[in-house]
Amino acid sequence: MILPFYIIIPLFTAFLISLIGGKKDYAAVIFSVISVFSLVCLSLYGFFIGGRQILVYRMSAWDIPVGINLVQDSLSSFVLVMISIISLTSVLFSIQYIRHLSQDWKYYALFMLLLSGMNGVVLTGDLFNLFVFMEIALIAAFSLVAYGGRAEEYEAAFKYAVMGSVSSTLILVGIAVTYCSTSTLTLALIAERLPALNTKVVYWIGGLFMAGFGLKTAAMPFHAWLPDAHSSAPAPISSMLSGVLIKALGIYVLIRIFFNVLGAPELFMRIFMVLGTVSIIIGVFLAIGQWDMKRLLAYHSISQIGYILLGLGLATPLGILGAIFHMFNHAIFKGLLFYNAGAVEMALGTRNLKNLGNISKLLPVTSGTSMIASLSISGIPPFNGFFSKLIIIIAAIKSGHPVYAFLAVVGSILTLASFMKVQRYGFHGDRVIETKQTNVGLAMNGAMITLAVLCLVTSLMIVPGIKESILDPVIAVILNKTQYIQMVMGR
Amino acid sequence: MKRQTGMTLIVKTITRLTVWLIILYGFYIILHGHLTPGGGFGGGVIIALAFLNVLLAYGREFTDKWLKISFLEKLESLSIILFLLLGITALLAGKLFLENFIGKGHLYHLLSAGTIPVFNIIIGIKVAMSLFLVIWILSGLKLEEGEEA
Repeated sequence: MILPFYIIIPLFTAFLISLIGGKKDYAAVIFSVISVFSLVCLSLYGFFIGGRQILVYRMSAWDIPVGINLVQDSLSSFVLVMISIISLTSVLFSIQYIRHLSQDWKYYALFMLLLSGMNGVVLTGDLFNLFVFMEIALIAAFSLVAYGGRAEEYEAAFKYAVMGSVSSTLILVGIAVTYCSTSTLTLALIAERLPALNTKVVYWIGGLFMAGFGLKTAAMPFHAWLPDAHSSAPAPISSMLSGVLIKALGIYVLIRIFFNVLGAPELFMRIFMVLGTVSIIIGVFLAIGQWDMKRLLAYHSISQIGYILLGLGLATPLGILGAIFHMFNHAIFKGLLFYNAGAVEMALGTRNLKNLGNISKLLPVTSGTSMIASLSISGIPPFNGFFSKLIIIIAAIKSGHPVYAFLAVVGSILTLASFMKVQRYGFHGDRVIETKQTNVGLAMNGAMITLAVLCLVTSLMIVPGIKESILDPVIAVILNKTQYIQMVMGR
Repeated sequence: MKRQTGMTLIVKTITRLTVWLIILYGFYIILHGHLTPGGGFGGGVIIALAFLNVLLAYGREFTDKWLKISFLEKLESLSIILFLLLGITALLAGKLFLENFIGKGHLYHLLSAGTIPVFNIIIGIKVAMSLFLVIWILSGLKLEEGEEA
């Protein structure tokens, strides 16, 4: 019963904001905060109370082969919780940050469209419906990347739009091949009919979706759009894009298609591992040379996505546990790091590490939370990044891939090195900076502190007892293909 | 050189005569969406093209006065809100989201097929306004300089 509201609430808010409009953004801020907060409550309710079994919702009461169905299982509700937490902090952070740029309601309307697109992708059980929601989210994302209105932002948005359209075309061709060979677009029915077909069909579908959703995920050979787009967007949008968009549109869909529909074919699992490891190493090497703080963080997104792909490619329960845990953790600490970069940029007018110095006195909350996030992303205990990386590395060794495990460790050490650079030059440098242009307000600090606390709290998810109730159902959904089919078909 | 507003008298006269016919045809396509090929999207495109004819023949100033662009923007946002509210009404009636909750009527009658004609009208408004406003905004950009006119 609650399933359509994940999409109705943000969609309604987006058009309510544009209907009321006006010159100022007060109404837009109030409506979007209410809407995002209710989404947080809804997703937590769905996760903890309603989410023990698979919920299937038939849109406008058409049965499954004909109509579109929404499916919420443990994996969907896990990703929904992640999306809603990051979007709540992002809206809180936006209030002051976006007023700094302009006082415009259009930002909030686009933000809500982005949110409804992502929620739709995560909930839908229909392949073409997934494509439509993906396009809604992407088109909102293109416009939000260009929101600042400077030349390089338009360039980044244009590059993103071109790459996004290329990947959408590949996905559309993949959907066409799927429909041609299985005569259905419902994911569960595709999963049921595929094993009876020629294995070449699986390779075609898998190859097209791998390239298409790989572009959205920004794994290594497909990464070229990400550093521009994620560093040019306004900071709260960078954290939405880097924190949740590449996971909701990329990783989540890859899991759903390759595990639940295609049934984890051996060849693609090997491709996952190779792409993941290449992304880990090259992403971090590209990141370490950057001086623009947001660009450095954007290259780290590629590297951290590599860990998730490596964990998924292992296809053992332990590897998948590491992958989904790292996906959640990465959303938390990468969101926080982008907020830090945004706060520094707003307060000091620059985000070039060469122009920064010691700002730990000037911006205590920003530098403190950035320290927590840096430790977390570099994998220092007791922060959440340590546990998820450790699990992925142990899983790689256990399943007999010591080379991948070694490269993952090397990537982690280089991550630590590049974040020592950020801390050394950006926050605790030699030159003490004493003046700032604007104050960092309460809501921005609140958003940063919330995520910093979550950096510690989410590491509790691995404690035995909590792990069984939160992470294990997700792994069960990913690994059990027949159960997904049977629950969705209601047998 | 001052930009001439609109096209020649011949084009203007023909447009004045045909624009309402085109809009009427758009309404016909929308209202018969549940009976014949077409529907909200096709009819909406036809209405948007009628507005585009006026824009091409008479120029921006006249079209702005004739259509009240800010009103069209409000109508565009309102249409999707009505769509969602109609979907929620089905929930309140104890049905699923977007499910039909009124009588289905007789086959081939204009007033039949439950809520589908209502949804068609809403979609028609949405598509017409969205398409026309996209063209309107694009036509406001000067290509040489890339600035707003």
